Amino acid sequence: MKSYINARNVIVALVALGLTLLPAYSALTGNIFILTLFTRIVIFALAAASLNLIMGYGGMMSFGHAAYLGIGGYAVGVLAHEGIGSGFIQWPVALALSALYALVIGALSLRTRGVYFIMITLAFAQMAYYIASGLSRYGGDDGLTIYKRSTFGGLIDLSNRVQFYYLCLACLFGGVYLIWRIVNSRFGMVVQGVRSNEQRMQAIGFHANRYRLVCFVISGTICGLAGALLANNTDFISPAGMYWTRSGELMVMVVFGGMGSLFGPVLGTIVFLLLEEVLSQFTEYWALIMGPLLLLIVLFARGGIMGLLGRLSRG
Amino acid sequence: MADPLLRVENLVRSFGGIKATDNLSLDVVPGELHAIIGPNGAGKTTLISQLTGQLMPNSGTIHFAGREITRLPPYQRSRLGLARSFQITCLLPDFTAADNVALAAQAHDGHSFRFWGSARKERHLRDAAQAALARVGLARRADVLVSELSHGEQRELELAVALATKPQLLLLDEPMAGLGVTESARMVALLKELRKEVTIVLVEHDMEAVFALADRITVLVYGRVIASGDPDAIRNNEEVKRAYLGDQHVVASHG
Repeated sequence: MKSYINARNVIVALVALGLTLLPAYSALTGNIFILTLFTRIVIFALAAASLNLIMGYGGMMSFGHAAYLGIGGYAVGVLAHEGIGSGFIQWPVALALSALYALVIGALSLRTRGVYFIMITLAFAQMAYYIASGLSRYGGDDGLTIYKRSTFGGLIDLSNRVQFYYLCLACLFGGVYLIWRIVNSRFGMVVQGVRSNEQRMQAIGFHANRYRLVCFVISGTICGLAGALLANNTDFISPAGMYWTRSGELMVMVVFGGMGSLFGPVLGTIVFLLLEEVLSQFTEYWALIMGPLLLLIVLFARGGIMGLLGRLSRG
Repeated sequence: MADPLLRVENLVRSFGGIKATDNLSLDVVPGELHAIIGPNGAGKTTLISQLTGQLMPNSGTIHFAGREITRLPPYQRSRLGLARSFQITCLLPDFTAADNVALAAQAHDGHSFRFWGSARKERHLRDAAQAALARVGLARRADVLVSELSHGEQRELELAVALATKPQLLLLDEPMAGLGVTESARMVALLKELRKEVTIVLVEHDMEAVFALADRITVLVYGRVIASGDPDAIRNNEEVKRAYLGDQHVVASHG
């Protein structure tokens, strides 16, 4: 019997506990800023976790994941702008559009591998970016303010900071749990097998691309949910939120935390966004410090933060 | 003679100006161990790749179990009961031995669009994997990562993976490649057991093994069949001796 008490699992549990108790801390100290910051962190953690599903477990280096944040966000914003404020309509539309986009993009780009896959997902995401810029009815380049957050018929009030935070956190924990089940399921074994050796998987009877495509769609759909949350968080959507640099940041969060580890992207996002927050208070050139840090992690800590913790656990 | 399990007719595949498979025809009957030999560059691996679907022929047909499979992709051929081992070990390096075999069993146990239950807890997949591992003598190495297995063990695992797909026909591409003397002997003993249950096409350089195991031998030179027959006939075939020239003493002295 393996012991589940080791440095890595203890830290993961502490972080989860900390995230859960954060609103209490915020209320006790009167620090509203930290709650706002962590709402953003939790949403991005969900996006990073979804990217990790295809990047870490599936070996598909998608460089266009920000597109789903945009699609999910625009679904909420555009519907709100058109007078449809119900989250029961907005959110399913956000998820469905993200899934549809992933299906089309995936069917086309999964014909390629490696660098070509990276380039083609990037190209499609940039197309989505320019399409959003061209939506003059919805603000074009300038974006669109969302005057009213999604309503859920009185079930939950998204304008209440604490309620909204817990909704985001529930989505994150639910998303990570879902990914955990998927990764260990038959489906997940096939997807990871294809990452490891596609030729072998074909030879034993798996239609590799079909499984890849479904995985790609699941990932995109989860990220679309993050997009719907993000639009509600910022009360604003704009094409800038789906620019390729945003896709790059998501990749960095995943690599920071540890590709192919369940909780890694969550830790990676926390560290990345906290560093960004802290460093940008000292200098506007915070990327000058973040860059070398990423280099160090990639060079010396294979498997990111989770990899480091894993090595600590084994002593 | 029984209806062939595998029938290859007039197969042609060229790379640029070179015909790697030149109007090749071949029958494999159920239950036999059919060896394919030939000097380097004779087109043996090209032939295997076309049989498994990694490579498409320019012309000609392949029938398997009464069905034309010439244009089928590899995964569909595997479903029909055609399994292969690779010349250069081709496994999932970051999975355990048991996982590798269990995945092969899973591939032939309905679709895998099951997202919830843990695959590693599915008893019948694990049992099938354990049984296949036991067949090749790897039962005690089940939980070892493939990247930590020795080369010989990886070759045996290749066989276990192929067996777990419950094949009708096993295509073995140089299973002895890179094995030491004792490991080779173990592999020959293992193949002697397996041939009782499954039809085997064996591509192999090790002449001693081929003449010890084969019911029939087909000799390829430059993509063409120059001879096909039982081991004695092949050993005494003048054209085969000429093709192997420097190697003819090898052909003549074993068996």
